[in-house]
Amino acid sequence: MDKNSLGHHISQQFNAELEDIRSKVLAMGGLVEQQIQDALNALVTANVELAENVVKNDVKVNALEVNIDEECARILARRQPAASDLRLIVAVIKTITDLERIGDEAEKVARMAAELANLERPRNQYHETQHLGESVQHMVHDALDAFARMDVEAALKVALYDEEVDLKYEGILRQLITHMMEDPRSIKRVMDVIWSIRALERIGDHAKNICEYIIYLVKGKDVRHLGFDVIEKELRP
Amino acid sequence: MNNEMPKRTPTHAIDIEALGRMQSRVDPESAETCLEVKNLSLFYGEKQALFDINMKIPKQKVTAFIGPSGCGKSTLLRCMNRMNDLVDDLKINGELLLDNENIYAKSVDVAELRRRVGMVFQKPNPFPKSVYENVAYGLRLQGINSRRTLDEVVERALKRAALWDEVRDRLHDNALGLSGGQQQRLVIARAVAIEPEVLLLDEPASALDPISTLKIEELIYELKDKYTIVIVTHNMQQAARVSDCTAFLYMGKLIEFGDTNQLFTNPRKKQTEDYITGRYG
Repeated sequence: MDKNSLGHHISQQFNAELEDIRSKVLAMGGLVEQQIQDALNALVTANVELAENVVKNDVKVNALEVNIDEECARILARRQPAASDLRLIVAVIKTITDLERIGDEAEKVARMAAELANLERPRNQYHETQHLGESVQHMVHDALDAFARMDVEAALKVALYDEEVDLKYEGILRQLITHMMEDPRSIKRVMDVIWSIRALERIGDHAKNICEYIIYLVKGKDVRHLGFDVIEKELRP
Repeated sequence: MNNEMPKRTPTHAIDIEALGRMQSRVDPESAETCLEVKNLSLFYGEKQALFDINMKIPKQKVTAFIGPSGCGKSTLLRCMNRMNDLVDDLKINGELLLDNENIYAKSVDVAELRRRVGMVFQKPNPFPKSVYENVAYGLRLQGINSRRTLDEVVERALKRAALWDEVRDRLHDNALGLSGGQQQRLVIARAVAIEPEVLLLDEPASALDPISTLKIEELIYELKDKYTIVIVTHNMQQAARVSDCTAFLYMGKLIEFGDTNQLFTNPRKKQTEDYITGRYG
């Protein structure tokens, strides 16, 4: 199945409906990506206003989720999609759930950014957190790109990258624990940082989930909860 | 206030360990075969209608044939009880094995074959006789006239066709007075009265309203305990609902044949995909 296969239905109306859903998912993804970036910027530059903006914008993400869900339910009821059309609808319903959760995690980071802005700043200005954030932002971006192009190889790459993000997260966590042991007065502040990096790490997990839905959409194979060697074997027999 | 602990969810009700991926698949290759089509080609005069069909129809399962008009699905179905014998200029190559016996062998008694392989058509075709006589007809042809046997068989067949409750009080009324859906179930009762092994259904619900259609579909589900059912339908959702295996035919060729769940969620062939999703190839 490739990207162009959304079209070519005898019913032009159906083509338009599927295309509409696809562009809405991509729009939702773009919005979520922006939310991550703004939340990160707010954290690094201690910009309270930007952080509050992110919190406010989360309702837009939620509204899109509800809207796309409704449209999917309507298509299921009226069109009884089969084969790749059915897999598209199933994949979209799941993808937007994960996108919405990514939005929630970005909101969490923004809330922490607003808190941290008023506290003492560390010397490195949250450089590692920024680095982790950029990694997961890339993951989300590439996952959406893979969705737009229905590209299994790209999706697989993003999913694989999640392990690196997890390692980075653990590295930062260790540093922060050391920091708290050395200077117990910093505990309150560092806890907020930990919540942020935890949220970022979760974003990576959600991006990985989206990639698994893309593989299901294109190949018709459910690769969730399988090891990577099994997935490789499934996809490249 | 009641402070009792809430009852635990009965997790034991489901054997979670046994839930694998892709459960309850029917593989026509490994399942017990009832009818086997072997290198079957069919010609109407010069025109070839079926091209080298090979398939194994599994026993006591529902197999659906789908495909666009003129793709050969009804032709293939008719081959299965030699309904095509009366067509002039017809030539058939290949074999059709019912329990490993070629039904096109010279020794085969066609009347006996059709007793084993019953058929129901698109339009209900009850005889202009009473409900009772319609169902008893096949048995009378076999020379069974004992009142008690007939009574028993008629009741059993009507019950199996889920019609008994609706007609028990008017068994001796003319069958043509029944509704379309009832007539179709009556015809199915007539077919099952003579205990066939295979039931061929050629668009059995296409002339019926949605409720009667659902009753026929429910009936098909009940009947597969005892019979092997082959159904031709234009209604893809119907094929998806009732069948265990689905065959997609296109221009006289068998394009894809396999488990219905697989075929409707992830077909192997692009042609199948285009057809079931309503695309032009």
